Amino acid sequence: MEDIKKRIAHIKFWNGLFQVVGLLSTFVGLVLLFTLMADLFTDGAPRLSYKFFTSFPSRFAEEAGILSAWVGSCLVLLVTACAAIPLGVAAGIYLEEYASKNRLTDLIEINIANLAGVPSIVYGLLALGLFVYFFEFGESILTGGLALALLILPMVIMATRESIRAIPNSIREASYAMGATKWQTVKWHVLPYSTGGVLTGIIIGLSRAIGETAPIITVGALTFIAFLPTPPVSSDFPFISFKWLFDPFTVMPIQMFNWVSRPQKEFQLNAAAAGIVLMGMTLLMNGVAIYIRYKFRKKIKW
Amino acid sequence: MKKVTPQKVRERVIEAILFLSALSSILITVSIVFILCYESWGFFKEVSVIEFLTEKDWMPLFANPKFGILPLVMGTLLTTGIALIVALPLGILVAVYLSEYAPHKIREIIKPVLELLAAVPTVVYGYFALLFLTPILQKFLPDLSGFNALSPGVIMGIMIIPYVSSVSEDAMIAVPMHIREGSYAMGATKLQTAFKVVIPSAFSGIAAAFIIGISRAIGETMVVSIAAGGMPNLTLNPLESVQTLTAYIVQVSLGDVPHGTVEYRTIFAAGMTLFLMTLGFNIVGFWLRKRIREVY
Repeated sequence: MEDIKKRIAHIKFWNGLFQVVGLLSTFVGLVLLFTLMADLFTDGAPRLSYKFFTSFPSRFAEEAGILSAWVGSCLVLLVTACAAIPLGVAAGIYLEEYASKNRLTDLIEINIANLAGVPSIVYGLLALGLFVYFFEFGESILTGGLALALLILPMVIMATRESIRAIPNSIREASYAMGATKWQTVKWHVLPYSTGGVLTGIIIGLSRAIGETAPIITVGALTFIAFLPTPPVSSDFPFISFKWLFDPFTVMPIQMFNWVSRPQKEFQLNAAAAGIVLMGMTLLMNGVAIYIRYKFRKKIKW
Repeated sequence: MKKVTPQKVRERVIEAILFLSALSSILITVSIVFILCYESWGFFKEVSVIEFLTEKDWMPLFANPKFGILPLVMGTLLTTGIALIVALPLGILVAVYLSEYAPHKIREIIKPVLELLAAVPTVVYGYFALLFLTPILQKFLPDLSGFNALSPGVIMGIMIIPYVSSVSEDAMIAVPMHIREGSYAMGATKLQTAFKVVIPSAFSGIAAAFIIGISRAIGETMVVSIAAGGMPNLTLNPLESVQTLTAYIVQVSLGDVPHGTVEYRTIFAAGMTLFLMTLGFNIVGFWLRKRIREVY
């Protein structure tokens, strides 16, 4: 009897111990995340100023800023969004609403799952061979944006499919019963109801694109750019110009990479400051995504 | 006879557009394979496959170039191995804790925060590995060089915890409740149930999670480019500086290598090696994940 009691106590002790160990290991990652942010902040915060955002990179660490980097990041992201969103959402709609169950559909599905696992630098090599040298877009904003668009395409497709799948069939049937065609059903019912999920997926995809460095380095973005791309709007006819698509560029993560790789302490502080801005952008986008998901989930109840 | 109305035409056109969008994903894969094969073909016309696979030095930019991929593959495997030593145990513990122990509310809060670990730009992790973790590790390991495999490996490990934990957690949650209840009815504790019943039942899902983690770590670029150094080094010593396949591609891309030369093509040969390595792991992972769905 005593023996059994001892054994039970022993087992219960381990069970209790594991609860603590499990909680602690869950916190390892969170503690690291917190340390990382605190470290970045203590190093970089003193460098953050209005001038830091409005200056070009420079040989002198104190005068260097991130103007060309953040402008470049925004423009590249614009190209990425314009390419990835329509393509990804359309592909998601097709696979969920139109595709019949056959070999080709299976192939497309496996292919998308596989694309999601391809390392980002391989997309860079693809863009280098295809966009830079085959289509001759050069080492331009267009090339960079398209490379990132291909990279996040699987994410956008998967997010679209998941949120479309959550819509109950009764909604579609009601629409068909009213005489609506397939596309009318998609346009007036399926798409509006899945907007929340689709938007969340798109924003998370874009937030990943903004932090991606490897593919952009591979397509040959420059690390030292002391000018801005051609402005898209001008005072002369025809007022709107797309020349900026073909301008050389740099982006935030590359600017940070460039500064980290230098041995001087002053440049590394600049890297930390750029890191804060980059983290801020990423966290902001993720925050917006979480908020949208939460809001739409509350609004729609089946 | 059926009449062709404008509406029917429109429906057809829209369906065709949507279909082409879905088909474009296959086009992407085809172009990746084509570009890698095409440029690697040019490379292997000048360098024999046997030299590529057996030579122990990788010095493509030297006057007397040597093209042995082994040091780069070894560098990749070394950093990946270190990352796995960190990520696998922690990922499993997190998954067991979240799926078996944590109350619903805590799980809802912790999961999105944990996912943030995967959202941090990798260049920031590189900064952290080089300028924060390496100096700290050097206090304990005086032999550690400024660039080393250990520090980026550890950081990469923590970075891939969310990938490992969320896929294994999904697999564990998919284990039906009645299997657990059977175990509890026999007097087992949660811990015993988790490790002797739930984990074995969810095994293929957990294996898939590991493989996703491995393939992430192999493809990771910026952390190793920044913190592991730039010298190809055939070693298994984590304290030394190594170069990975990905870091080599970055190093060459940063320089000014003219289009069409052997040096230019080396990055595609390295990319091809990388692509095949991750493809192999992805296929196994995909197959394992498909299996869990079939079991129950």
